Amino acid sequence: MRYLPLTADDRAAMLAKIGVKDVDALFRDVPKSAQAPREAFDLPDAKGEIEVERILSRFAARNVAASDVPFFCGAGAYKHHVPATVDHLIQRSEFLTSYTPYQPEISQGTLQALFEFQTQVAALTGMEVANASLYDGSTATAEAVLMAMRVTKRPKAILSGGLHKQYIETVETVANLHGVIKRAMASPGRAEDLLPLIDDQTACVVVQSPDVFGLIRDLKPLADAAHAKGALLVVVVTEVVSLGLITPPGEQGADIVVAEGQSLGNGLNFGGPYVGLFAVREKFIRQMPGRLAGQTVDADGRRGFVLTLSTREQHIRRDKATSNICTNSGLCALAFSIHLSLLGEEGFTKLAAINHSRAVELADKLNAIPGVSVITPAFFNEFTIKLPRSAAEVVEELAMKGVLAGVPASRLGYADDLLIVAATETNTDEDIAAFVKALEEVL
Amino acid sequence: MALNSQGRPSQPGTAEASALPTISGDRGLDHEEPLIFELGRDGKCGVDFPDVKVGDTHLGGLRRKGKIGLPGLSEPEVVRHYVRLSRNNYSIDAGLYPLGSCTMKHNPRLNEKLARLPGFADLHPLAPQSAAQGALALMSELARWLTTMTGMPAVTMSPKAGAHGELCGILTIRAAIEAKGEKRTRVLIPESAHGTNPATAAFAGFTVDEVKATPEGRVDMDSLRSKIGPDVAAFMLTNPNTCGLFERDIVEIAKLIHEAGAYFYADGANFNAIAGRVKPGDLGVDAMHINLHKTFSTPHGGGGPGAGPVVLSERLRPFAPLPLLVLEKGGIRLIEDRDSAPEGYKPFGRMAAFHGQMGMFVRALSYMLSHGGNGIRQASEDAVLAANYVLASLKDVMSAPFEGPCMHEALFDDTWLHDTGVTTLDFAKAMIDEGYHPMTMYFPLVVHGAMLIEPTESESKESLDRFIAVLRGMAEEVKAGKTERFEGAPRLAPRRRLDETAASRKPVLKYQAAE
Repeated sequence: MRYLPLTADDRAAMLAKIGVKDVDALFRDVPKSAQAPREAFDLPDAKGEIEVERILSRFAARNVAASDVPFFCGAGAYKHHVPATVDHLIQRSEFLTSYTPYQPEISQGTLQALFEFQTQVAALTGMEVANASLYDGSTATAEAVLMAMRVTKRPKAILSGGLHKQYIETVETVANLHGVIKRAMASPGRAEDLLPLIDDQTACVVVQSPDVFGLIRDLKPLADAAHAKGALLVVVVTEVVSLGLITPPGEQGADIVVAEGQSLGNGLNFGGPYVGLFAVREKFIRQMPGRLAGQTVDADGRRGFVLTLSTREQHIRRDKATSNICTNSGLCALAFSIHLSLLGEEGFTKLAAINHSRAVELADKLNAIPGVSVITPAFFNEFTIKLPRSAAEVVEELAMKGVLAGVPASRLGYADDLLIVAATETNTDEDIAAFVKALEEVL
Repeated sequence: MALNSQGRPSQPGTAEASALPTISGDRGLDHEEPLIFELGRDGKCGVDFPDVKVGDTHLGGLRRKGKIGLPGLSEPEVVRHYVRLSRNNYSIDAGLYPLGSCTMKHNPRLNEKLARLPGFADLHPLAPQSAAQGALALMSELARWLTTMTGMPAVTMSPKAGAHGELCGILTIRAAIEAKGEKRTRVLIPESAHGTNPATAAFAGFTVDEVKATPEGRVDMDSLRSKIGPDVAAFMLTNPNTCGLFERDIVEIAKLIHEAGAYFYADGANFNAIAGRVKPGDLGVDAMHINLHKTFSTPHGGGGPGAGPVVLSERLRPFAPLPLLVLEKGGIRLIEDRDSAPEGYKPFGRMAAFHGQMGMFVRALSYMLSHGGNGIRQASEDAVLAANYVLASLKDVMSAPFEGPCMHEALFDDTWLHDTGVTTLDFAKAMIDEGYHPMTMYFPLVVHGAMLIEPTESESKESLDRFIAVLRGMAEEVKAGKTERFEGAPRLAPRRRLDETAASRKPVLKYQAAE
């Protein structure tokens, strides 16, 4: 077996040193009834690289990759171009095959990269501090709600109906144990009035912008209303590229900003691994979940970085920890950070502008098709259209014509005739023309 | 000149040469690297995009006004920055990584290659299911391997890491208890447990009650008997445990738990010792998470991503969270909402958006197919053999608190360091100067000054022998009173010991430009 270096002679010599006759003797503490022979496992024997590659390639070939077709799916995961440099750099052994940086003297590469990541996330979101990542946007949202409950010592969280449905379910699953979740009805294409729901038991209001239907929300009035009642505003961003063109939540009064960082540096990967961003006001840092890289000096006075404030964390605080998180999304955060370093101020704002302009162009063309109307008045790179019939059926028919047209809102439990459509820098004029033509044909 | 056993100089040529400061501040291949924010300048960019003007008509009056504050760099500058940073990291590719409990084994590059096939890496989670049948089939195949290896009837795939899997398992148990109309508030956890166990139980709304360990490092059955009761929801146990020992009384433990109507949660962090030899299902386990990033070698990536699927017993199966995979005529269906769940299923909720860590699933299945059932069994045996070899080779110079055999990790305590002036921390940090990553220190908590060594099956005998020789050499110096190299170690790493107190007293968590 190519991955196992010990030879039969090595094993024999090692057993002799240990002073046992065979390897079974090392398993003598395992009850006989629990020792299963090789035949008890209905599994094939080892395979070489060629065979393994052949088998897994067959699975891959049965999927339609986003790059194979004109592609317009979003709703929380976006097809962007990732520069070749990113994937090359994150595959450096020293990044790919190192553990969590518990030994800072020999982990400065990871620690400095995380410190830079935190700085970038704080800048993008307009917040004061960010952590070193959580699993993804949905779990980060749940952590934000729990943190708001801890900070305010209040039990109630109000979730906007424009929050991605699977995010809502993720929040409910964990936060229901600690408080009460009120969710507003979805109102595709317009912002619902959440103000009447905020009271003196409210820990936080959670709103996504752009929301799951693509709508850009004005957050300031909501922030003011929440703050007037002593509640926090949690803002969720599932498309971070939007922050290159839209006023960041931090400038609109958000207290906690969480985001899905997949759009930068990370592939679609059928939903994971992704990377959760988590940024807060400085006064809340000791209530934050997850790892934090901090700057300090070494014994010779040189600048260096460490994991810090770990008294919040499970390996120290055990049942009093702010979260149980341990392994997070280190390498995805690195990919995010490298991609953003390549983009810089100029590249990132240009990327955002291209995304928006592609979406505006597509929206105008779709809106001109009889029976189709764009219902999202303000959007970044994603919007919702109303169709004269079932969006799920239309998507299947368009898939037969080689176009992946978007995510039917019914897939997330919303109305049957709505289709959520995203356009990015990867969409060509030909893609847009193919979508418009195919849609005209099926309607 | 002093040479080591392989004929290599063990000291620099001359003391003067190593002490001489350089003009650059760099030293040979060791480069000091500024922060990216200190390198960047306006007017530079590492990508080429057209300049597209966009109007305000669709932005709802919320166009960004100020600058973001991102540095501008060209592509070669970005590449150099990250390559230089990477060189300040230790890695499993570069050396033995004996972190106990972490299973730092070889990460095959075939797995990386396959996870990047466009059919996986470029597949949207909400693409029509007809366009994702290969992905669903792969998940189903991985599920078959996991259930076969564990002897458990079901697995839920969506948890994103070990701790997330623990939470998923405990919430499944919670749902099963609620469905029976019972009220159970306590979760029992051995004092040797990973910190994530009590954190998880508390996070899920249970109170945590610690079960004592015996002087032999195993669960104290009397303590367990005295704590078990009708208000206990679950017992969370790592097996092999964090002392590196198999819990001999496991069958009796499971019986006690089940008789009290509670559930048996197993922390699968140490599955690498028994995969392919022991089926946790045979031990009476109700739920166990599997760290694909440990046992099945998906890379740790400097702290993730991981994946933590949870195998479930028949009585927990109906409560598994969304999504569910259902095999149907003509294909596989992914069930994403409660209302579509098959008869008898009551999913307790959802652990995260979408369907789990697909990228990790591909890597883990590639690992499994490469090893096969025979290779996985051999890997576990080699991991256990390597740990016992380290234990047998060091126990005369260091102190092992428990009688062997151990499983896949060898535990030492600091009894042998008493009155030497050297602590576990000093010893571990001095390993860095010798070219090794330290072992896990001060964990498990039940042992004083613990040093937990997990060599894994990936090390050759030559590599193990060299590691043992170095640790023996260090131990002999301690015993001879030659403690200089331990004081304030490391000296030869990119940084010396860092001031963690200062870091937490006045946290600096992001770069701020000098005024």
